[in-house]
Amino acid sequence: MSEQMTGAQIMCEALIREGVEVMFGIPGGAIMPFYFAMWEYRDRLRHVLCRHEQGAGHAAEGYARSTGRIGVCIGTSGPGVTNLVTPIADAMMDSTPLLAICGQVGSHVLGKDAFQETDITGITMPITKHNYLVKDANELPYVFKEAIHIATTGRPGPVLIDITKDAMQKSIVPNWDVKLNLPGYKPTYQPNRKQIREALKLLLQAKKPLIIAGNGVIMSGAADELRHFAEKLRIPVITTLHGIGSFPEEHPLSIGMPGMHGWVHVNRAIQTCDVLFNIGGRFDDRVTGKASTFAPNAKVIHVDIDPSEIGKNVKVTVPIVGDARATLLALLEEMPAREELADLHSAASDWMEHIREMQDKHQGKQQYVNRADTLHMTLPPHDVYQKINQTLALRGNYRVVTDVGQHQMWAAQLMDWNAGPRTHITSGGAATMGFSVPASLGVAIAHPDETIWVICGDGGFQMTNQEMATIHQEGIKNIKVAIINNGYLGMVRQWQELFENKRYSGTPLSGPDFAKLAEAYHWKGITVEHSDQVQAAIDEAYATDGPVLIDFRVEREVNVFPMVPQNASIGDMITVDPQAS
Amino acid sequence: MKKHTIVALVQDRPGVLTRVAGLIRRRGYNIESLAVGHSEQPEISRLTLVIESDHVEQVVKQLYRLIEVIKVSDVTDDPIVEREMVVLKLHAPSSVRHEIVSMSGVFEAKIVDVGASTMIVEMTGTPSKVENFIEVVRGYGIKEMMRTGRIAMVRGARGHNASEYVENTNGSGVVPTLN
Repeated sequence: MSEQMTGAQIMCEALIREGVEVMFGIPGGAIMPFYFAMWEYRDRLRHVLCRHEQGAGHAAEGYARSTGRIGVCIGTSGPGVTNLVTPIADAMMDSTPLLAICGQVGSHVLGKDAFQETDITGITMPITKHNYLVKDANELPYVFKEAIHIATTGRPGPVLIDITKDAMQKSIVPNWDVKLNLPGYKPTYQPNRKQIREALKLLLQAKKPLIIAGNGVIMSGAADELRHFAEKLRIPVITTLHGIGSFPEEHPLSIGMPGMHGWVHVNRAIQTCDVLFNIGGRFDDRVTGKASTFAPNAKVIHVDIDPSEIGKNVKVTVPIVGDARATLLALLEEMPAREELADLHSAASDWMEHIREMQDKHQGKQQYVNRADTLHMTLPPHDVYQKINQTLALRGNYRVVTDVGQHQMWAAQLMDWNAGPRTHITSGGAATMGFSVPASLGVAIAHPDETIWVICGDGGFQMTNQEMATIHQEGIKNIKVAIINNGYLGMVRQWQELFENKRYSGTPLSGPDFAKLAEAYHWKGITVEHSDQVQAAIDEAYATDGPVLIDFRVEREVNVFPMVPQNASIGDMITVDPQAS
Repeated sequence: MKKHTIVALVQDRPGVLTRVAGLIRRRGYNIESLAVGHSEQPEISRLTLVIESDHVEQVVKQLYRLIEVIKVSDVTDDPIVEREMVVLKLHAPSSVRHEIVSMSGVFEAKIVDVGASTMIVEMTGTPSKVENFIEVVRGYGIKEMMRTGRIAMVRGARGHNASEYVENTNGSGVVPTLN
C-alpha cells in the first residue's frame, strides 16, 4: 500500500488490522479529524456515541471484560479525556485491556495552554500500563501496534494514545512493515518447572489445602484447567469477587467467596488451612483483611503473571510467575500417579467435611437468603436476588453486570454463579460507582443474543444513567436493569450504623421516579414495592422487547453480612444469627 | 532504613525519567539521588538510583513493570565502583587560597576557576570521599555547591551490557520518539 493516507485514516486502518470492530466515544475539536476519517470506515468500525466519556470508558471495559478482547474508547482533548480518567483507573485496577484514544491540540501550540489542552499523558502516567504522545503521523502504525500489544498481553491493562490534531491531519505514505521493539517487555507465560514441582510437593503433603481462584483464571481462559486440577487433587476452591465464574458454585469443591463480605466458613478455612494455592488473585486487602493475620498457618503458593504482585501483600513460600492456564497445564503434566495422591485425597475429604460443617453452623448462602430478621419486611433485598437468581437459572443465556456497594456484595453472595467465566462483570479494585449501566452497553453490544442484567444501587445508577439514551439510540434491547433502591448510599450508611453510631452524614439519597425516568428515555419502567410483585416484574422484563428498568424499592436499612471490619483479621467477622428475628 | 544503590538500563525514549521518578514517588519510596545518561548503546540509557527502603525487592519489581525498563539490579552488596562529583564555589580571599589549593591537592580536586574572592573547585570520588572533602572545605565558606547523583558500575566481567538488550530496530526505520 503506497497510497497517501491521513494520520486519522491510518488510525482507523491500524485498529481494523488489530481486529477492533467497535469503539465508544464522543467527538470534540481536537479529535475531529479522526471522526472525519471514521465515516469512511463505518461499515467495519462501529462507533457508539456515548453521553459522557466516563460512560464510553466503562462501555469499552464492559466489552473487554465480557469478551477478553481490547475495548476502545475515544475522547477529545481537555475535559473529554479527563472524563476518561476514571474508567482508565478502573481498568488499571482490574487489569482490563483498554485502549483510550484521545485528540490533543496541534503540536505547534502544545505546552502553551491552548484551548482544551491538558497534559493527559502526565495525568494518566500512574494509571495506565503505558501511554504515548504522538506528534508525527509516521509513528502511528508502530504506536497502535505496540499499544494494543501491551494492553492485551501479560497482565492486561489500559493504554492511552494522545495524538496531536496535526498528526491526524497530515497525509503520509504509511509504513505498515513495523516490528515491535520492546526489549524491556517480555511477560513470562511459562512457569518455572522447578517451582511447579515445589508447589506440587507442598500440595501433596497438605492436610488442609485450599485454592483461591482470581481474575487471572478468567483472563487466561483457564476455567477448565482449574476444574481438572481441583478435581484431581480434590482441593476446595474459593473464588474471589473477580474470580466468580472461574469455577462453578454448584461444583462439590466450590466453597464460595472470601474476604470482607465473604462467608464465615471460607474465611475460617483460610485461617486454618496449611497450604494456600492462589492462582490469578492479587491478595487484595478486601480479601486478606489485616494482611499480617491472614492465613497464619499456611504455606502460600502464589501464581501471578505480574511478578510485582508476588510477595507484595502476603508472604509467599512458592512464588510462580506465569500465565494461569500455562501454570495449571504444567501442574497437570507434572501430576504424580493416582496412588501417590491417596494421602492427600483422604486428608482432603476430612477437610472438606470440616468446612461443610462450618458452613452449616455459620451463615451460609442458603440460610442467608431467608434470613429471619428480614422476614417482616415488605420488600427485603434478598427476595429480589432470590427471584432474579431463580429466573436466570431457569432461562439461562445471561450475563450480570453489577455496580459498587451493598447490592454488589449481595449479588456476589446470594446468586448462584454457574454460568462460566465472564458472566459476572463488576468493578472491584477501583470500586467505581456508576460502572454498571455504561458497562452493560459494552457487554450487550458484544453479546446481542444474551440477556444482560444490570444490578445496581440508586446511588451508582444516578452517576451514569444518561447512557440509557445511548442504549436506546443504538437500538439495544437486551439490557434489563434492576435498581436495588434503598434511598441511601447504603454501604457507607452501613458503616455509619455499625462503626459511627448511626451518624448518617451525607448518605440519605433521594432520586427521581426511576420508572418514569426510564420511560422518558424510551425504556420500559416498572416499580416494585412488595415482595409479591418481584417475579411478575422480572417476567415482564423478559416479555418486553426492549430495555427495561425495574425500580425495586427495598427495605431501607438492611446490612450486608457477614462482614469483616476494615483492618481486622478475616477470622473476626460480624455476623447475624440467621435464625434471629 | 537501608540505602540501596540500584542500576538500571532503560530504553532511551522521552519521558522515561518521569516514569521512573513518578513510580518511585507514588510507591512511597524516597529518592536520594538519581543520575541518568547515555549507555554504550545509542538506544539505551543507564541510570543509577539511590533510595532508602526496607522493601527494595518491591522497588525493583515495580520498576520492571515500566515498559521501557530493561534491566534493574540492586548492586548495594556487589563489588562496585561508585563515583560522585561535586563542584564548589568557595569563599576564597587571598589569605586562604594557598590552604585551599593544598587541601585540594590532598583530595585530588581541581581548581577550575579563580575569581577576586572566590574559587571553584571540582572533585570526583567515592560518595564518602566527596562527603569528607565537603566537610573539610566547609570552614572556608561554601557559597554554592552542586553535586551530581551517584553513578555506579559493577566490577569485573559481570554486569549489564546494554548491547545484549538491543534488538533489531523496528522495520519501518522510524525510531519512535514517544512522549
